[in-house]
Amino acid sequence: MQTQLSINGESHELEADSRTTLLDALRNHLGLTGSKKGCDHGQCGACTVLINGRRINSCLTLACMHDGDDITTIEGIGSPGALSPLQDAFVRHDGYQCGYCTPGQICSATAMLQEVQAGWPSHVSTSLEDDVSLSNEEIGERMAGNLCRCAAYPNIVAAIREVAGAGEDA
Amino acid sequence: MTRTMTMDRPDERRRLDDMSQGLVGRPLDRPDGPLKVSGTATYAHEWNVPNAAYGVLVRAPFSNGRLRRIDSAATEALDGVVGVFTGEKFLRNPAQGGADEAPVQGTETVQYLGQPVALVVADTFEQARHGAQNLAMEWTAENGVFDPEAQAADAEEQEDETVDQGDLDGAMRAAAFTVDEVYRTPCHNSAAMEPHCSIAEWDGEDLLLRGSYQMLNYNVNELADSLGIDAARVRMLSPYVGGGFGSKLGIAPEAVAAALAAKQLQRPVVVALSRQQVFDMTMRRSETRQHIRLACDADGILTGLGHEGLVSNLPEEEFAEPITQSTHFLYGGANRKLGIDLVRLNRTCAGSVRAPGEAVGMPALENAMDELAEKLGMDPVELRKRNLPDKHPEEDIPFSSRKYTEAMDEGARRFGWSERNMKPGQLREGDWLIGHGMAGASRVNILSKAEARVTMGSDDDGVFATVETDMTDIGTGTYAILSQIAGEMLGLPMERVRTQLGDSEFPKGPGSGGSWGASSSGSAVYLACEEMRAEICQRLSCEEADLTLKDGDAIAGNRKTSLAELIGGGGQISAVGRIEPGKTMKESAQSSYGAYFCEVAVDRVTGETRVRRMTGVFGAGRILNEKTATSQCYGGMSWGIGMALTEELVHDLRDGHIVNRDLAEYHIPVNLDVPQLDVVLLDERDDWACPLQSKGIGELGLCGAAASVINAIYNATGVRVRDYPATLDKLLDGLPD
Repeated sequence: MQTQLSINGESHELEADSRTTLLDALRNHLGLTGSKKGCDHGQCGACTVLINGRRINSCLTLACMHDGDDITTIEGIGSPGALSPLQDAFVRHDGYQCGYCTPGQICSATAMLQEVQAGWPSHVSTSLEDDVSLSNEEIGERMAGNLCRCAAYPNIVAAIREVAGAGEDA
Repeated sequence: MTRTMTMDRPDERRRLDDMSQGLVGRPLDRPDGPLKVSGTATYAHEWNVPNAAYGVLVRAPFSNGRLRRIDSAATEALDGVVGVFTGEKFLRNPAQGGADEAPVQGTETVQYLGQPVALVVADTFEQARHGAQNLAMEWTAENGVFDPEAQAADAEEQEDETVDQGDLDGAMRAAAFTVDEVYRTPCHNSAAMEPHCSIAEWDGEDLLLRGSYQMLNYNVNELADSLGIDAARVRMLSPYVGGGFGSKLGIAPEAVAAALAAKQLQRPVVVALSRQQVFDMTMRRSETRQHIRLACDADGILTGLGHEGLVSNLPEEEFAEPITQSTHFLYGGANRKLGIDLVRLNRTCAGSVRAPGEAVGMPALENAMDELAEKLGMDPVELRKRNLPDKHPEEDIPFSSRKYTEAMDEGARRFGWSERNMKPGQLREGDWLIGHGMAGASRVNILSKAEARVTMGSDDDGVFATVETDMTDIGTGTYAILSQIAGEMLGLPMERVRTQLGDSEFPKGPGSGGSWGASSSGSAVYLACEEMRAEICQRLSCEEADLTLKDGDAIAGNRKTSLAELIGGGGQISAVGRIEPGKTMKESAQSSYGAYFCEVAVDRVTGETRVRRMTGVFGAGRILNEKTATSQCYGGMSWGIGMALTEELVHDLRDGHIVNRDLAEYHIPVNLDVPQLDVVLLDERDDWACPLQSKGIGELGLCGAAASVINAIYNATGVRVRDYPATLDKLLDGLPD
């Protein structure tokens, strides 16, 4: 079936099986292989993309459900030579090792920082009302849906802290 | 030009220390970083191969018996399906690391639930998956064997591992203090983030396989042998590997199935495993049952040490989790009994998972040492220090460099170990019980034969160098460290060195496994550069010792020559370096060492454990890149946290199937489970190890880490967990009021 996808500001006509996930549409049909398949079940976060600014596991949603949606993938966040501040911070802080979960981590963190700015509380927030203080625990909880088996977690937290201007954790 | 070095004697020249570029050791960013963070590094599934068909593997739905028939008619009639493949060349399981030949093959005999028995290929992934889900089979099931401890009487002794020295039973009877306990660890899965994947493409009789593999040198031969073709016909590409941890050491079922299908269909075929298939049909770490006995005198000096284990594997597999690997030399004790028994089970193949042996063997030993220290009323750091042998306690050979004491001292100092509460269950913060624990780290050091080619040329921007080897970077930092070594030796800045990896047509290395990659392939690069330096000396008519290479210039005496000029436009200097292990591996006991210090909080009501802080101090010879080496240790320590608290691959004892074969049920640590770890890398040179004086570090951070968590839980609660992992149910009954 035909779907019109707006990806990284560019319009794509997709002709694909109705069973095709958004992730497989990106990877297998559109050549956008930056989004990774780690589990195909929404359990690892490697496929995280932004849809209308919100983070989502692209393996858990069908491409045909996103006709007209505004999709941002890692390719739209930055490229070698023109890295986003988060991408650049991940390089400097070694916020990855094998690199396979990394695009998902960066897409996720990009949206996460916006959620914090919008005042969304998390499971570890001490208050539902107050502004969120971006502690290591807050970052850890909010990034807990993005698995990294290399366990670059300390460096991922450090990279996110730096970009958020959060300074050192108390 | 080729320069070969056999490591027959310690290399005390420490030539890297004489170089001037200042690259080796520094915490430089990975050159592959911008590609990884932008999603443009090419992993196995991501090559643009026109007209590729998609294959999906089908697993055997029974545990033991005969697959009589695959009825593919209905599947073949489905939209888009172009073929169903099965047969005697399919792999029963992946090859073991370094096998260099095909593993057990065939689909008629099924020996574990999950064994790949067919491949459905279609024009699209969705069509292939649908076909695979609907493939009909007929089989005759037989009784299987699923419970390792129930089979212990039939176990095969691993004679190479057996040590029976003195009289351990007598030492236990005569000892002032003893520990005599059984520790158990469950099966583990590597769970690399990238599932296994291969794209097979034939050009006549030549096969190009783009895959996610750790050891191309062996993988080419394993693939060729599996297919019954000449290895010279096989080329493999694996420039980026989305994590390995042992699971991608040997050629795996998807590669052979893809190659068979592609050949017949005369069309490229891509086969990726689903996450569930990664659990079912790649490798598991064997469960272990470990009986540890320690005997000591009143001063804590060990008089006896026993470490006997039971592990499992499929029929015909030689691999037996080498749990006693570091126990052989870490501590003294004249009376010793070590051994490993292997039972045959109808479970997924057992093989290398990060740090095979020490990953689970060291925690058991280090838990037992903690128990002994408590009986003695002694600081566990002190107990360990008192029992460091002067030489290998089972062989008459010296240790190479050993920084175990320094690691414990530095870790204790940073962590504030002396201020800890000694008596279990005494420290509380609200509902949290706070505890502290420590453990030692040890991982044997191995050097393997490796070759690499380095070529220096010049372009408009001046001189540059290219490093080529079939070595892989599985997240370990190979791209960074090989560039650093070449740049250091040749006097070039990082950005003027380009390292190319993961092409089986490049000079061969041992691949990524056993923590030997950096030292082995790094030494090969170093030796190639030494040869090139000799060539430069010849052109400049100077002595090696008088040559300084820095920032693209050669300085000899009071003369400075640009390397670009020396090489000349269009010219190049190129050499192959070859390192071979030699007598130093047999004449010294080589290992990397370290120590962990951990603080946990255990919820008094729920039994939930959180690791609050953890320090790891490690000595692994010369550190080649402080940043990537530190990351390796973060990874290892996090694996230790997972092993201590959550990781457990569960087999149903009725039919051997893996119950929790996905990432929602097999619990690896998530970001919130890992605190900001504190890692220190000690300054060390191990002349016995290799000409770089470096040792392996990729696995060290895991080897004992879990014990520090478990020992801390004991200190927090008074509950000794000897059955990993320390899930809530194992703590609840024993928690203090």
